Amino acid sequence: MRNIAPKLRVDAPATLSAETRAGTFVVSAGGDWVVAEAPRLDRELHALQFGDAKDAAIDAGQIGLLDGTGAWLLLRTEERLKQAGKRVTRFDVPALYKPLLDTMAAADPHVTPGPHPHRSLQDILERIGRSTIGVLKQGYAMLSFLGQITVETIEAILAPRRELPFKALVHHIESTGVTALPIVGLLSFLLGVVIAYQGADQLKRFSSEILTINLLGVSILREIGVLITAIVVAGRSGSAFTAAIGTMRVNEEVDAMQTLGLNVAEVLVLPRVLGLVISLPLLTFYADVMAMIGGAVMCYFDLGITFPAFMRQLESAVTANTLLVGLIKAPVFAFIIGLVGCFEGLRVERSAESVGRLTTRSVVESIFLVIVFDAGFSILFSVLGV
Amino acid sequence: MGAASESVIEVRGLVNAFGGVVIHDHVDLDVMRGEVLAVVGGSGAGKSVLMRSIVGLNKPESGSIRVFGEETSGLEDEKLRDIELRWGVLFQDGALFSSMTVAENIQVPMHRYTAMTQALMDELAAMKIALVGLPEDTARKFPSELSGGMRKRAGLARALALEPELLFLDEPTAGLDPISAAHFDQLVRDLQKSLNLTVFMVTHDIDTLIATADRIAVLVDKKIRVGTIDTLRRDKNPWIHEYFSGPRGRAALGA
Repeated sequence: MRNIAPKLRVDAPATLSAETRAGTFVVSAGGDWVVAEAPRLDRELHALQFGDAKDAAIDAGQIGLLDGTGAWLLLRTEERLKQAGKRVTRFDVPALYKPLLDTMAAADPHVTPGPHPHRSLQDILERIGRSTIGVLKQGYAMLSFLGQITVETIEAILAPRRELPFKALVHHIESTGVTALPIVGLLSFLLGVVIAYQGADQLKRFSSEILTINLLGVSILREIGVLITAIVVAGRSGSAFTAAIGTMRVNEEVDAMQTLGLNVAEVLVLPRVLGLVISLPLLTFYADVMAMIGGAVMCYFDLGITFPAFMRQLESAVTANTLLVGLIKAPVFAFIIGLVGCFEGLRVERSAESVGRLTTRSVVESIFLVIVFDAGFSILFSVLGV
Repeated sequence: MGAASESVIEVRGLVNAFGGVVIHDHVDLDVMRGEVLAVVGGSGAGKSVLMRSIVGLNKPESGSIRVFGEETSGLEDEKLRDIELRWGVLFQDGALFSSMTVAENIQVPMHRYTAMTQALMDELAAMKIALVGLPEDTARKFPSELSGGMRKRAGLARALALEPELLFLDEPTAGLDPISAAHFDQLVRDLQKSLNLTVFMVTHDIDTLIATADRIAVLVDKKIRVGTIDTLRRDKNPWIHEYFSGPRGRAALGA
């Protein structure tokens, strides 16, 4: 039910009547023919039976107020009378409203928009085809962007033509890394608590509660620490990259850079991607530590394992390799998140709406790719026997 | 056109300040029914702020603003909306909702405030689109597919959706080429006459002033001076003198 809160103004309700007088079908209108009365008048006009008189007339001389919508309704009535094969002999309106009627008639208001598009099987097939091609094109475009950025990165590192945008780099390390510390820390602490609790609950049945620490160490350090960090960063910083670069596209700032001879990849993309590649491994390490603390706290309260005992068990459970296997993934994930964020930002068109759409897409895509690559790493490591 | 001296908008002692910088210092202004009043002034003189204050988008520091005889700042939401239904606002770049087609944009107020059938709304949207001089197929286009001039016309069509009595235009010709701007001026003038509109217009464009305005309000030194082109041309204020007698002013006035 639609809520029609305030009322549009009507002083005198519109009236409509029709009769056949001396071989002429006369439509008489009175009162205020205004937009507020349009829904009712439209219904009544559609219900009019035109009869079989050859001539017709519209008598609106007694109309009080007439606005554009009302005038158009009168003109539509005239048009429909003509279409019904009648000759409109008379069309009276107060002289005051003649100019309005002329303007409306000149605007040729007879056109009506076509019916709303229906979804047929053909449309559905067409949509599937279009989106398939869209996905392929997107993949191709992203690959070429990857190539471009890779070349730029290598060039910038090996033979810096100019100074690297050091200030921007530091800024992005701060905004993607330092400011993410509270949220990443809290989340991984809680994850450590949760995993320790669930692990202890199951392992108690085998009286091997102490193995909770092994479970915690291996799962957090190898997989969960880096994954949760990457997902948080994709949501925080990947989206920020897309929104920031996208807004610059809307404001034509990116175009301005190009005309000023600035290399967009170097100015916008490199500092962001490099900043993320530096900050994500650090954040991951921090997340690992916080998750271990969370686990240790849970082990102490739930299982009564003291902190020194926790550390001894952890030392025997994990090696430096376990930590490194997790950390080595971080720069790769960072590269993916940064790349997707900047790529989608640069694809923004000149409308505010596309900023929002592509920001959402950037987050979904980067999380998707992070998890796919994580699976790929798992396969790779099992083949290598790490 | 009705009672000649009826004020549609009545501003008294309006004060606006941002961060300690006073923009309007006790400004008075009347807009009469059936006239086109243009507000001019240098960049940053507070033209748009004045318009935003009148339509309630900006809360003034002090002063009274009456629209259709009602004090807008003291009204509760419901009564204010009754007044809002009687005016239409065209923002600078049209401010069309970018996720909707032009027809859907025009139908937003109809949908909200009337019980029209979809068929009637479609017909009316097509009529408004024709009225503002846009081609028929614009109805199904999205704002991003339109040029700046077309977006303004579409924004005007949406502002006219509920047949307002009062129309606010914010820089209607800014960013248009001179030919489109002249056509837009003509459109505003034609619609104002045939739809019996009162128009409050903010502009920079001296050609628009000549083509459309009945009276001109100049915002200068935080105050307003109202007059016609002829009286303002004789004004001694340096800014006003420069405005009408500078190279562009002279060219436009053909003097």
